[in-house]
Amino acid sequence: MSTVVLLVITGLGLGALYFLVASGLSLIYGLMGVLNLAHGSFLTISAFLGWEVGRRVSDGTWLGLAVSALVGIAVGAIVAALTEYLLIRRLYERHIEQALVTVGLSLASVALFEGIWGTDPIYTEKPDWLGQTTVILGAKIPNDRFLLIACALLVLGGIVLFLRRTRYGLIIRAGVENRSMVTALGIDVRRSFTLVFAIGGAAAGLGGVLSSVYYGYVSAHLGSTLLIFAFIVTVIGGLGSLTGAAIASVLVAVLQQFANFYLGGTGDLVVVIALAAVLLVRPRGLLGKVA
Amino acid sequence: MTNEAMLSLEHIGLRIGGARILHDVSLEVPPGEMLGVIGPNGAGKTTLFNVISGVIRPTGGRVAIDGADVTRVPIHRRAATGLGRTFQTSSLFPGLSARENVRLAAQAHLGGATSVFRIPRASDDASRRALDCLAEVGLEHRADAGAAELAHGEKRKLEIAMLIATDPKVILLDEPMAGVSSGDVPALTEVIRGLHRGGRTVLMVEHHMEVVLGLVDRVAVMHHGELLAVDTPEAVMANPTVQSAYLGEAV
Repeated sequence: MSTVVLLVITGLGLGALYFLVASGLSLIYGLMGVLNLAHGSFLTISAFLGWEVGRRVSDGTWLGLAVSALVGIAVGAIVAALTEYLLIRRLYERHIEQALVTVGLSLASVALFEGIWGTDPIYTEKPDWLGQTTVILGAKIPNDRFLLIACALLVLGGIVLFLRRTRYGLIIRAGVENRSMVTALGIDVRRSFTLVFAIGGAAAGLGGVLSSVYYGYVSAHLGSTLLIFAFIVTVIGGLGSLTGAAIASVLVAVLQQFANFYLGGTGDLVVVIALAAVLLVRPRGLLGKVA
Repeated sequence: MTNEAMLSLEHIGLRIGGARILHDVSLEVPPGEMLGVIGPNGAGKTTLFNVISGVIRPTGGRVAIDGADVTRVPIHRRAATGLGRTFQTSSLFPGLSARENVRLAAQAHLGGATSVFRIPRASDDASRRALDCLAEVGLEHRADAGAAELAHGEKRKLEIAMLIATDPKVILLDEPMAGVSSGDVPALTEVIRGLHRGGRTVLMVEHHMEVVLGLVDRVAVMHHGELLAVDTPEAVMANPTVQSAYLGEAV
């Protein structure tokens, strides 16, 4: 029983990281049709800069972590918005080229990060409480899982509120459904593209700082690993669906944990099989719109 | 060319490849007129609407709305010139509620404060306008229903409410009765009549002849991409050229 609880809560924590990356991917694809393969780089640069600033302010304390998180969110949002403004926008409606540009940016940025911070992981300090465990139903749960879950829930709630209750949220939701009709109404939908990139980048930035807490290190490859699973989550959840991404994040991460524990470390394989099964049975994903 | 026309088409031509889709279409629609556009399938009626609304740029001729040349104005700026249209296929956002659909249109029209994080309160201008427009087409009781859940006739009404929200001077309705059950036709006819009563200029492509003849001031007849005749319903129906085009006889 305690093993199951541990696996579920750890799965939820990992799912939280997936969601922070997948939410942006899904929104960006839903609104603009852009597969953003540079999304992992937004995460990595945020993790590095968040760590650099946080440790100088106060290393291994809550204050330091809060500063890291704020820096990570800001860096993620700014880098993502700049990417949209300087690169993606120039290739409007040319989806292959957009994907290629993001691949290139991703490869180049990983090389740049390795040049600056080296190829080895750099181990990070975190507040003591996050390194301790809490006993729930007999299972010793590392406390950082709770932080991840709480942050992902806040981000999910925040984005849902933004989409449901603001003017731009309405434009974005309508644009995901029918971009050309939004244009026919006289709204220049491209204005909301930069905003969606910034929101997605901010979520990924927070994800970067939190993943350095979860893994205990920062590295130039932090983003690439998470990006692969975030893509799987986005496809399983249904491209363009935020709720779908949230549900799929939890399903994929929990499944991964169980397979790793009970099926001899086959978590990644099981996830890819799940992806194939969803694509065969329900190609639009759990909550995706009909293509 | 008079300056009084609300919509004026001058020698509109459209060639795609070698095919002549529209040929020398000239038409003046005075303010407040309701004009029916009829003709056999493939006559170029929807294409003409696409040219007027900027979906397609003509290969010849000029389109003017309220005296301003809009031939080269891109589609997302045409709304600002006072033009609104519906499409043959539904132009709704099925995942949004009826209120949100209209709100989006109202927001597009009102523009103004576009602070990213501004929360639209139920009392703000766009929301109030959205409810007014829903009331104008008799859909206020369905405001919170998802657009996908509406009956077909209600969807058509919702499209018209969205049009009203953008306060267009010229409205293009592309087959507003298509797919509407015969029971819903009278109510929808009244909604269209109401649009017109507000002083708006309305062009309507419609196959439902009873509706067209009962509503419009004049009828434009198209055939093979050309304008055969523009006249009152009575005169058009009595016109031998029109009769032969419809009956397939040699002109």
